[in-house]
Amino acid sequence: MVLKKCFLALESGRVFEGVSFGADGESFGEMVFNTSLSGYQEIITDPSYFGQIICMTNPHIGNYGVNPEDMESSLPYAAGFAVKEASAVVSNWRAKQSLQDFLIEHKIVAIEGIDTRALTKHLRDRGAMKAVISTVESNPKKLVEKAKKSKSIIGVDMVSEVTCARKYIYNPKARYKTRCRIALLDCGSKDNIANELSKRGAEVHVFPASSTSDEILEINPDGIMLSNGPGDPEAVSYVVDTVKKLIHHVSKNDNTLPIFGICLGHQMLGLALGGHTYKLKFGHRGANHPVKDVTTGKIEITSQNHGFCVKPESLKDKNIEFTHYNLYDGTLEGFKHRTLPIFSVQYHPEASPGPHESHYLFDRFFELIENRIKKSN
Amino acid sequence: MPKRTDIKKILIIGSGPIVIGQACEFDYSGTQAIKALRKEGYKIVLVNSNPATIMTDPEFADATYIEPLAPDVIEKIIEKERPEALLPTLGGQTALNLAVALSESGVLKKYNVELIGAKLPAIQKAEDRRLFRRTMQDIGLDLPQSGYAYSLEEALKIAEKIGFPLIIRPSFTLGGIGSGTVYTREELLDAVSIGLDASPIGEILVEESVLGWKEFELEVMRDCADNCVVICSIENFDPMGVHTGDSITVAPAQTLTDKEYQKMRDWAFKVIRAIGVDTGGSNIQFAVNPKDGRIVVIEMNPRVSRSSALASKATGFPIAKIASLLAVGYRLDEVPNDITKKTPASFEPTIDYCVVKIPRFAFEKFTGADQTLNTAMKSVGEVMSLGRTFKEAVQKAVRGLEVGRNGLSFDGKGSDKRVEAAIKEGGKLKEEVLNEVRMKLNTPNCERIFNIMHAFQLGLSQEDVISLSKIDPWFIQQIYEIFQWALRIPQLSKMPPAQKKDFLYRTKQFGFSDQQIAYLTKQSHEKVRALRNRLKVKPSYKLVDTCAAEFEAYTPYYYSTYEQEDEVVTDKKKKVMILGAGPNRIGQGIEFDYCCVHAVMSLKDEGYETIMVNCNPETVSTDYDISDRLYFEPLTAEDVLNIIEKEKPMGVVVQFGGQTPLNLTPALDKAGVKILGTSPKSIDTAEDRKLFSKILDKIKIPQAASGTAFSFAQARDIAHKLTYPVMVRPSYVLGGRGMKVVYDDNMLSEYINQAAQVSPDKPILIDKFLDNAIEVDVDALSDGKDVYIAGIMEHIEEAGIHSGDSACVIPPNTLSPEIIATIKQYTTKLAVMLQVKGLMNIQFAVKDGKVYILEANPRASRTIPYVSKATGLALAKLAAKVMVGKKLKNIMKASSLKDSPPKLKYVAVKEVVLPWTRFSNVDVVLGPEMKSTGEVMGIDSDFGRAFAKAEIAAGSVLPRSGAVLVSLGPVNKAEALPVVKELLNLGFEVMATTHTAEFFAQHQLPVTVVNKISEGRPNVVDIIKNKKVSLIINTPSGKVSRADGYHIRRSAVIYNIPILTTLAAARATVEGIKSQKNREISVHSLQEYYKK
Repeated sequence: MVLKKCFLALESGRVFEGVSFGADGESFGEMVFNTSLSGYQEIITDPSYFGQIICMTNPHIGNYGVNPEDMESSLPYAAGFAVKEASAVVSNWRAKQSLQDFLIEHKIVAIEGIDTRALTKHLRDRGAMKAVISTVESNPKKLVEKAKKSKSIIGVDMVSEVTCARKYIYNPKARYKTRCRIALLDCGSKDNIANELSKRGAEVHVFPASSTSDEILEINPDGIMLSNGPGDPEAVSYVVDTVKKLIHHVSKNDNTLPIFGICLGHQMLGLALGGHTYKLKFGHRGANHPVKDVTTGKIEITSQNHGFCVKPESLKDKNIEFTHYNLYDGTLEGFKHRTLPIFSVQYHPEASPGPHESHYLFDRFFELIENRIKKSN
Repeated sequence: MPKRTDIKKILIIGSGPIVIGQACEFDYSGTQAIKALRKEGYKIVLVNSNPATIMTDPEFADATYIEPLAPDVIEKIIEKERPEALLPTLGGQTALNLAVALSESGVLKKYNVELIGAKLPAIQKAEDRRLFRRTMQDIGLDLPQSGYAYSLEEALKIAEKIGFPLIIRPSFTLGGIGSGTVYTREELLDAVSIGLDASPIGEILVEESVLGWKEFELEVMRDCADNCVVICSIENFDPMGVHTGDSITVAPAQTLTDKEYQKMRDWAFKVIRAIGVDTGGSNIQFAVNPKDGRIVVIEMNPRVSRSSALASKATGFPIAKIASLLAVGYRLDEVPNDITKKTPASFEPTIDYCVVKIPRFAFEKFTGADQTLNTAMKSVGEVMSLGRTFKEAVQKAVRGLEVGRNGLSFDGKGSDKRVEAAIKEGGKLKEEVLNEVRMKLNTPNCERIFNIMHAFQLGLSQEDVISLSKIDPWFIQQIYEIFQWALRIPQLSKMPPAQKKDFLYRTKQFGFSDQQIAYLTKQSHEKVRALRNRLKVKPSYKLVDTCAAEFEAYTPYYYSTYEQEDEVVTDKKKKVMILGAGPNRIGQGIEFDYCCVHAVMSLKDEGYETIMVNCNPETVSTDYDISDRLYFEPLTAEDVLNIIEKEKPMGVVVQFGGQTPLNLTPALDKAGVKILGTSPKSIDTAEDRKLFSKILDKIKIPQAASGTAFSFAQARDIAHKLTYPVMVRPSYVLGGRGMKVVYDDNMLSEYINQAAQVSPDKPILIDKFLDNAIEVDVDALSDGKDVYIAGIMEHIEEAGIHSGDSACVIPPNTLSPEIIATIKQYTTKLAVMLQVKGLMNIQFAVKDGKVYILEANPRASRTIPYVSKATGLALAKLAAKVMVGKKLKNIMKASSLKDSPPKLKYVAVKEVVLPWTRFSNVDVVLGPEMKSTGEVMGIDSDFGRAFAKAEIAAGSVLPRSGAVLVSLGPVNKAEALPVVKELLNLGFEVMATTHTAEFFAQHQLPVTVVNKISEGRPNVVDIIKNKKVSLIINTPSGKVSRADGYHIRRSAVIYNIPILTTLAAARATVEGIKSQKNREISVHSLQEYYKK
């Protein structure tokens, strides 16, 4: 087998030469790293990675292949993939395809054989940055130029690229008894969010990000879920407006209707409540960040994937209680409204990949839904 | 939550002597715990019978007891010290069992001592298989099917229900002793009786075999607020069926999807919560069916373990340290991560490299031992390596093992020779070798990983290897990739220069050593190194940082790889490199790590920056906060020279790591590296028999007559000239490897044919054997001018038994002042003659009032920790100072010591522990080949008491009454008379086999006659089985290994009855028994002894 060269160039001028293990071509994106040891399939199929080239810090990737159950969406959204070593064989009873075949099938450019630790350290020191991954251009200078000229993700609406085309009712992986109806505003939602809701008895109505608050409220939901998604929250002002209207509806007309936000959903809630967001230097991406729930004192190890963050000071006088903090860097990881049934977390309670101990947040959401149903009866 | 203030004083129990299944990892964990807890202001009382531990250094704990680890002894310590708490989770199974005993007997309640870390119910739930099973079922976790049996009938019934293969596990045993896998009814019958005997409560578990399933371990921690984290996941390369201590293991887990991993993680937390480990670390083992992903829980250890030590080294997360802080009430988020400083310990380490552990075995020491690996642990040590890929790491691990291999095959060594011959010759030989390889793939053994490579070399496919070995396809593929790359290496020489660099770089990324490349390209490894240096193909060093580079790390803990970026920040400080001792093995164990750690501490005191190089994850020396810089690397010339080129230390210390660094000395010397202390030339002089003899002649020190033979004929001539018996051995050996006393030509020819091929480049050494001489060990310190004699140790066993296997005593028990003066004089002369700068160990034999020198080693010896603990003088620390140029005179002036050797007002006895129970079919005989795995010290006011303590600590409780079985070889009978008389006086019944009994009867000693095996039943073995005797004295007669003797000795081991195989030991034992009569054991801390 002839190995095909592949290059990864950063706008900082740093270039990594490796071997292609994905599709031929050239792809641009924001270069980020993820420190999860397992779960590469969930990561590349997470729509939040749209527009990003992911470097996995675990050197051996692809060992257990790809299977139909572990998809977080119907296809891989990452702009590119960088690893130390992609496995030549697949070893797992559920595997249906190799990672390489999967990437080629979905036209994802991927590089292996590079010093991923050097790349990670570079990103840690210099911050996430624009990059290009290419099997067609081998001139380092040209590649760096290309990376520099590529579009930044700041201020770009990426949600519109990954949201569903029209609203639909989620078809769960197993049969669950339904006892309530939840509207899921899909900004690039991971499959497991809908699945965790279904598991707890919800009929999940998935709405495109461009849906209006009226369209959402029309189904008479028992709860509203704001999903994760890619990119800069400030660039999707139309969704933030929708969220504002939903909050308004809750506060004025329907103060038992719970809203739960995850990741981008959390950031949009923050913006809709009058707060601000900012970009982290290199983001949080991994499955080992400790987060403390200050309401219980418990620590959870969390699944993380975000480049932006809500500024706590900006929400000071907005009747908001800060509930979760990241113990690594003290950043805000969760808040709730003091009087309304609105709460959100920056990390991923649906896990997939990552630890399961944050599932309780879905339970909290459902307690609010139960309360609402009880009251209305 | 802040730390607890209701506790002021904490008792920590160590794990005792090094045995198979419990090695220096518990010194590492205990030392960490003591340091951490003292820093928090707690007073620490430590008890451990093992003097060769860092934790028993008097400056660590507030009160250090080197006393037997027995419940009554610990009760005395508790009574005296009155600690408020006992932390039982750091001293392995030993400490846990003692905690259970003290708790159940009411001692802890009586003295109001709280168990912290793990409470009694938690320990019981985890340790009692039935309780464990019930607990798992209660929380809905899947387990292999099983049932308990107390008899053969019950076992058969369960077997019928579940079907073969089955695993038999006795309850409450250490490291899987007595457990095994059975495939047939016959095998079951055997295994059940062994298992029932091995279990102290006569209970076994008959369990569904999950043989061939994938095996995983999770290292979990929990704090008092119920926060749980996984520190490390470990995947076993060897599937289920091989004890995890004997398995090659890999971190992190490689073949689990996130879904499977998270399920395992959820289960692990359920387990630790249900078992009720309130705070601290636990190790939980799982098996996964590769066909359908079914997960079953195998077992859990509610304490730190060998795996947790490995996990700590693999991730940089110090489990034992954190566990002890959690035990006193801290929460995980209140403890900082030492490595990143800015982040808390409440996280899960993530790693960006691959870690491989390979166990080290010692089958060569135990002729006749079954080498098949199963659920009873047999390995004596381990090596860990880190690489960016599994391929790199596994090759590094193999060369770190020091089994004479330079990597995974392709070095023309070991089994590769036969495989290469088979490939070349083809035909029948190839068929034969292929069959051997197939068998070795199918049956787990310590060479299986080489046989995977051999399978490929001989043309088998990956599928063949997978189906034979049941090893996961991912691992097999990794080895296959190494194989494929090796096939390309011969082309290196023909490549154009531009391509050469890339190719060589890639080759190094596959973990190939210069030696392997040299072999495959038919040139010297020096040439390969030169080429690499010319092309700038050099290793880069990466940090172990717990977080995959997400945060800045402040701890210089490095491993080598071949990558773009190097992370070592070098500075201009005065640096000294200390070479460690590599994996533990028989003959080179914890004692050397102890010395290395002392050297580091001492050189730090002297203002040097210390660089530690070692590859043994169990050790204190590889704790990242011992040295200023830690390189976790194999101890080969290539790997060490690479670090030297990077760090440019002012010198290298090779004296403390046993034979390992000494073996590297010629290569380092040749490369122009400065060796600190005794010069390489002097080392060579002492190691080279001929040169050494010349020196001794020159300074007129007598030695046993000897000769060097290069052929059998020559050996025979020398033997005749010296007259039999003679001692034979290969040159350059450690731990008496291959040494034997031979009594005639037949034995000599047998020895040469079987044990040691003699050839012009491999001579054998022949010494006149000094029959029945007293052996004496001396440890001395010298700067080449002055000599300080630190300890003169008189051996209990006579010369001819390896010094490492002999008990010994400080101060000498029977030597006359004249003899001692002679020994001192010889030692001083020799040290000055060899210009020793640092430590030297000399072995003497005293026969008929004359002192002979047996051998001298100008390095730290195995006895340094023992001498240091006995005298209170940290010898290795002083030696390190001498090595960097301090004058001995000034050092001694500064210390309070004047006498050489120091005068003691007490007696310290060292006793050894032997792994007989681990190796069935091996004869229980001591000889010149070392077999012990560890040691204990007994310290008390006189010899008898100290000896008795040492024996108890070594696990053989001296009886106070009952019957003694005496069965002697012909030469010993007369000498035994006083011993037998004394035993009768002490009120023992003496039983003897026919000939021995007749002899005693002739001397009017009333003894009971016992049948030999051939004389009808009940015979001597029946008497042992029925526990009719409480002590056995059985001396094997020199020439003939008698069937009865063998069975007596094996039975003694199986039924755990103290056995003495030398009369010298019997004499000492009688003295010990006498001292115990009518007197209880008293306990004193080292700190108290040193004040005396």
